[in-house]
Amino acid sequence: MSTARCRLDVDQVHVWRGDRHVLRGTSFRLDGGEVLHVWGPNGTGKTTLLRVACGLLRPEQGTVSWLGRPITTIPADYQSALAYASHEAALKGDLTALENLRFTVGMKRTVSLAELKETLEKAGVGACADLPTRVLSAGQRRRVAMARVLAVRAPLWLLDEPYTNLDAHGAEFMSAMLAEHVERGGAAVVVAHHDLALGCAVRRLELAA
Amino acid sequence: MSVGAVSVLRLVLRRELTLSFRRPGQLLQPLVFFLIVTTLFPLGLSPQLSLLRDMAPGVLWAAALLASLLSMDGLFKGDSEDGTLEQLVLSGQSLTLIVIAKTLAHWLVSGAALVVVSPIVATTLAVPVEAFPIMMLSLGLGTLTLSWLGAIGAGLTVGLRRGSVLLSLIVLPLAMPLLIFGANATDRAIGGESAAGALYFLAALCVFTTTLAPIAASVALRITLE
Repeated sequence: MSTARCRLDVDQVHVWRGDRHVLRGTSFRLDGGEVLHVWGPNGTGKTTLLRVACGLLRPEQGTVSWLGRPITTIPADYQSALAYASHEAALKGDLTALENLRFTVGMKRTVSLAELKETLEKAGVGACADLPTRVLSAGQRRRVAMARVLAVRAPLWLLDEPYTNLDAHGAEFMSAMLAEHVERGGAAVVVAHHDLALGCAVRRLELAA
Repeated sequence: MSVGAVSVLRLVLRRELTLSFRRPGQLLQPLVFFLIVTTLFPLGLSPQLSLLRDMAPGVLWAAALLASLLSMDGLFKGDSEDGTLEQLVLSGQSLTLIVIAKTLAHWLVSGAALVVVSPIVATTLAVPVEAFPIMMLSLGLGTLTLSWLGAIGAGLTVGLRRGSVLLSLIVLPLAMPLLIFGANATDRAIGGESAAGALYFLAALCVFTTTLAPIAASVALRITLE
């Protein structure tokens, strides 16, 4: 991954939701080894920006480019380069943590069960690997979601409120994970309400009401 | 490193089937619905064998269409509610391929299961055993076609809170040719005549929807996700 080239350009993005002009010409540029902290009050379009950045939402105006090419022209390449963690943990309650990872990570790359188990261990939920995720606590589910992001091994992470429901130890793990990712040349966009203390350079993008 | 189309199909099929079998109650609902609706007719009309045999094709087909439509609503809804649909869309794999796998898995546990229990229902409606193979073949083609149509409807209504009625309103008019040709094939088989003409039409509809519906459904899904 150290060789992975990484550049995300979000240029003058405008999004309307009904009558509301949610994103008004938001721009940023993100290179490998950087973390962008998207910050701002509720309802200012942080999640919308993240959905635009991952290509789920098409902006009315403006472009999102990956390695200099608009993501609409290279959807498959871009999608395999990103790991998105939405506000929900995005887990199937009826499947075990391991099965959840096996299906979602398996769509992105060939992966062994042993490796997934190891990643769950690392995220502190190794003991829950064979439990259906509906019986897990919100914090444990978040950790499983983080294990998924980790296991995908994508150069670009787009994380929506990754610290929600995490205890002190979980938050520490989350920060360490991000720092390690950045050190290896990865990039991350993180939506969070509070300061990020990562031990690495964090740029801030504030969205105003 | 990258995952091939066949592995994606296998992976999604396996995921869907695992999920279905974790909820056996939900799995049985369309089947029980099919059994109960078809038993209502002899009770409400008359247990006279000749009358039952005359109306058997229509009853069987209408009940089968409604039963397989019943579970169609959940095709993408569950995934949309828990956020896993976004993960599927962002998986870097073709959404059309994912839709194909999901719909096939859905058909296996609804439509194909209906085909398997249809002889029981047919027996209660006094359908002769000789007509079973044609009846089952026509139901198989018909329910598969309906699953493809339903996938488009489910893709369009996934964002709505109470989309199931709208889904039926979208899909049932499109399913009328199925009812006509399917019931006709079954009727001819009961009468001991050749059902080839109607079966060809059913097969043509099935091929038509199999090739185009996955594309339409994936486009519908992408639009509703925005």
